[in-house]
Amino acid sequence: MTELLWLAVAGVVVLLGVVLGFVVRGERRLGTPAQRAGYATLRTANLLAPALRSGLNGASSGKATAHLQSLLGTPGVVLADLAGVIATDGVDEAHQALLEDPVARAVGTGEPQVLAAADLACARGATCTLQAAVVVPLAVDGTVVGALVAAGPSAPAGLLRLASEVAQFITTQLELAELDRSRRRAAQAELRFLRAQISPHFIYNAITAIESFVRTDPDRARELLVQFADFTRYSFRGRDQFVTVAEELRLVDTYLELERARFGDRLAVTLRVAPEVLSVRVPSLILQPLVENAVRHGLEPSGRTGHLSIAAHDAGNDAVITVEDDGAGADPERVRRVLSGREDGDAVGLHNVDERLRTVFGEEFGLVVETGIAAGTKVTVRIPKFQVAVSAS
Amino acid sequence: MTAPLSVGAVVLITVATAVIGMRGMRVARTPADFMVAARQVPPLLNASAISGEYLSAASFLGIAGLAMLDGLGALWYAVGYAAGYLVLLATVAAPLRRFGAYTIPDFAEGRLASPRLRRWATVMVLVICGFYLIPQFNGAGITLQATLGGPYWVGVVVLGVVVTAGIASGGMKGITVVQAFLYWIKVTAIAVPAIVLVLAVAHPPLGSVDGPAPASFAHTTVVRFPDTTRVDVARPVTVVASGTVDGGRANGALTLHPGNHTVAAGTSLRFPAGSAAPAVSSATGSGSSWSSPLLRLDGGRGHPLAATYGVLLATVFGAMGLPHILVRFYTNRDGQAARRTTAFVLLLVSTFYLFPAVFAVLGRMEAPALYLTGQTDSVVLALPRIMVAGLGGELLAALVAAGAFAAFLSTSSGLLIAMAGALSHDIMGRGVRAFRLSALVLGMLVTVAGLLVASVPINVLVGWAFAVAASSFCPLLLLGIWWPRLTRVGAMWGLALGGGASSLAVVASLAGFGSSGWPALLLGEPAIWTVPVAFAAMVVGSLLTPGAVPANLTDLLVTMHLPERLRRGTAGGAVQRG
Repeated sequence: MTELLWLAVAGVVVLLGVVLGFVVRGERRLGTPAQRAGYATLRTANLLAPALRSGLNGASSGKATAHLQSLLGTPGVVLADLAGVIATDGVDEAHQALLEDPVARAVGTGEPQVLAAADLACARGATCTLQAAVVVPLAVDGTVVGALVAAGPSAPAGLLRLASEVAQFITTQLELAELDRSRRRAAQAELRFLRAQISPHFIYNAITAIESFVRTDPDRARELLVQFADFTRYSFRGRDQFVTVAEELRLVDTYLELERARFGDRLAVTLRVAPEVLSVRVPSLILQPLVENAVRHGLEPSGRTGHLSIAAHDAGNDAVITVEDDGAGADPERVRRVLSGREDGDAVGLHNVDERLRTVFGEEFGLVVETGIAAGTKVTVRIPKFQVAVSAS
Repeated sequence: MTAPLSVGAVVLITVATAVIGMRGMRVARTPADFMVAARQVPPLLNASAISGEYLSAASFLGIAGLAMLDGLGALWYAVGYAAGYLVLLATVAAPLRRFGAYTIPDFAEGRLASPRLRRWATVMVLVICGFYLIPQFNGAGITLQATLGGPYWVGVVVLGVVVTAGIASGGMKGITVVQAFLYWIKVTAIAVPAIVLVLAVAHPPLGSVDGPAPASFAHTTVVRFPDTTRVDVARPVTVVASGTVDGGRANGALTLHPGNHTVAAGTSLRFPAGSAAPAVSSATGSGSSWSSPLLRLDGGRGHPLAATYGVLLATVFGAMGLPHILVRFYTNRDGQAARRTTAFVLLLVSTFYLFPAVFAVLGRMEAPALYLTGQTDSVVLALPRIMVAGLGGELLAALVAAGAFAAFLSTSSGLLIAMAGALSHDIMGRGVRAFRLSALVLGMLVTVAGLLVASVPINVLVGWAFAVAASSFCPLLLLGIWWPRLTRVGAMWGLALGGGASSLAVVASLAGFGSSGWPALLLGEPAIWTVPVAFAAMVVGSLLTPGAVPANLTDLLVTMHLPERLRRGTAGGAVQRG
C-alpha cells in the first residue's frame, strides 16, 4: 500500500504547485512587448494608488516609495512634505542632508530642480550611484504640499519628464484622498445635522404635554420629564455612530411614552421583535424618525384611534425592520419627491434616514415606503447584519 | 414493523417546530411589555439553541453506532465534540462577538481587508457544510429504515424535500427558540430511554462487557439480511434458515460450521438464545479490542493511537469552524455574554454525550443482530423495542424517533440556511430570490449525495466535516484573532493548502483509496497532518508578505480584545465598532 502513500504525497505536491502558481501568476509573460510594458506600468501605479490614498504621511509614504522606485527606474526615491523628508528608499543619510536645500527650494518656488554631480558630492566620489537627481514639487489644487525626488547615476531630460508625470499622478491621488476626507466629513456633518434636528414640533408638544400634567398629576409630570431628559441625552450624545437595534427600540419607547401623554388612548402600539435582530448594528437615530413620521403624518392628522406597528425580523444575512401605521397615508408621488430630496416639507426625517442608509450600506439598502391616501403607511428598512463599512467605523 | 406511534411523534415534532417558529417573535402591546420585547436573548436560551443546532445525527445515532461497531474508543468523538467548545470558549467566543462578524466570510473580509479571501472562505463554507449535511441525510435514511422498514432512499428524500422546501419557501427559519426547543427534545429523547433501558437490564445485573467473549444473542433472535453478507462463524451453531445460504436454498434447521458462509440478500436466520453472534467482514464487535481505549476503526487495523489523535484534532479544533454555529454567537449581547453562552453550551453538550455510551454498551449486549446486518448506526432506534416489550417499548421507540428527527431537522436546516446564505450573498447575488434558488439547488445536490453514502458510518462522515473545518477555518480564526501579523496572502495559502488537502483526503477516502495502514490513516483521519499544514502555510505566507498586513490593524485588534465596558473610556471614534 506504499504506492497509495506516494499518491497522497504527490497530491500534496500538486496542490502546493497550484498555490504557488497562483502566487507567481503576476510574473507570467503574456502579450506583446507594448502590452507588457503598459501592464507593468499600470500595475505599479495601481499598487501605488492605495498607499497614497490616506494622504501624505509617514506610514503610507513608506509603502509608496518602493513602488515609486520601480515606476521611475531610479535607485533613490524621496518623498517630502512641507516640513521635510517623510520617506526614503535607497538614499542614505548623507544624501538626505544634501537634498534638504533643493527640496526646500522646489517647495518654496514651485519649480522643478535638476541636481548635477557637483550638488550631490559625497565621500564616495565617482563610485557613488547617486550622482544626479531631479526634484519635482507636488501641488494639490495649486498649492504645493510636498516634493518628489528621483536620484540616480545621471539625470537626463527624460527622467525630469517622467518624474513630472509621476508627480502629477501622485497629486491626483492626494486630491482623491482629500475628496475622501471631505466626503466623510460631509456624512458626519449630515448626521450631526439630523441629531440637531429633533423636531422643534416634538419638543414643543412634549413640553406642553408635560405642563398639562404638572398640576393634575405631578408624579406623571416628573416621570415624563425624566423620559424627556433621557430622550434628549440619547439624541444629542456625541460619539456612537452605530448602535444596536435594542438601543434604538429603547429610544422609540421613550419617544412613544412622551407622545402617549398627548395622545392618551388614541395611540395603540404593537411591537413584534425577533430576538436575533436586537444585536444588529444600525446607524443611530434610524428608527425614531420613522416612528415620529408615522405618528405625526399618519396618525395625528387622521384624528381617530390610530394603530402603530413596529416589527423586526431576521432574514438570513439581513435584518428587516418595518414601521406601519393605519393613519392618513400619503400620496405616493409626494413620498417619491420627499425621498429624492426634491421636496423638503416636514417629512425631512424620511429623506435623511434614506440618505444615511444608502451612504452607509450601499444603494440597494434604501427605504421602501408603501402608502396611499387614507391607506396607511408602511416603511421597510433592510439592514445587512455585517458590513465592512460599519465595522471600520 | 410499521410504527404509528413513531410516525405520530415525528409529525408532532414538525408541527411543534412550526408553531414555535411562528411565535418566535416577542409581541408587546403595552408600554410595560416594550422593555421585555427589547431584551436580549439570555445566555442559557442561546446556549440551548447552539446545542440544538450542534447535536446532529452523528451525535444522536452515530456515536452509539460507531462505539458499538468499533469499540469504546469511538467515544473519543464525543469527547472531542464537547471539548471543542472549551477551545471555542477560551480563544474565540468573546473576541469574535466583539468583532461583530456574522459569518466566517464576514470575519475574513473584515479582519484581512480582502474581498477575494472572502470568496475563498465562502467556497470553504460550502465544502464544510456539504460534508456535514450529507451524513444528516444518511441518518434520516437509516432512521426511516429502522422505524418503518422501508428502503434507505425514502428517508433521505423525505428529509431533503421537507428541509429544502421549508427553507426555500421561507417557512423554516433557524430561529433561536426553535433550535433551543429541539435541543431539549433531543436530550429528553436520548436520556429517558437510556435510563429506562439501564433499569430494565439491572435485573439480572449487567454482565462484564470487556471480557474476551464475543457478542452473543441473549434471546432467540431472527436476523434478516437486506444485502448479501459474508459471515464468519467461530463455533458451530444451528439456526433456522429461510432463504439462500452458501449458494443453496435453505429452509428449516441448518448447522453453520466454523468458517466463512455467504448469506444471500433476503435471507433470514433464527439464532437460538445463548449462541455466539457470527462476525461480519471487518465488523467483529468481538474480542478484547472492543474495550480498548483507543479508536480502532475497521476492526483495529492500522494505528489506533494516531487515529485517536487525528479524531481529537479534528473535533476539538473543528467545532469553532462550523459556519452554522458561529452565526448564533452574534445573538449574544456582548463578548462576556458570548463566553457565558459557550460555558453553558459545554455543559449542555457534555450532558447529552453521557448517553450514547449507554446505548453502545447495551446494544453490544442485547442487539448483536445489528452487527450481522451492518446497521449498528440504528442501535439507538432499535434498542428500546428489542429490550422493552409491548407498549412501553413502542413509546420509547417513538420518543427516540422524535429525537432523531429533531436532530436531522435542526442541524440540516441550520446548515442549509448557512450554505444558501453564503452562496446567495457572495456568488449568486443578494436578495430573497437568490437565497431561495440557492437553497433549492443545494438541497437537491445534497439529497443526491446522501443517497450515495449509505454504507459509511455517520460519525466518520461528520468527523470529516470537522477535519476540513479544523484545517481551514480554525487556523483562520485563531491566527486572525491572536496573531497580528496574519496577512490575506497567508490566510489564502492556509485555506487552500489545509482546506484543499483535507477535502482531497476525504474524497480519496470515500473513493476507496487507502484501505489499511498509514494511507488509511492519513486519508481517513486527515486532520492529523492537514491542521499543522494549514497553520504552517498561514504563518509562512504571512511572514513572506509583511506588507499585506491591513492598515487598520490596531483598531481591529482593539475591537476584538478590549472588553465592552472599557470601550466607553477610550479616546477616538475609531474604536467604536459598528
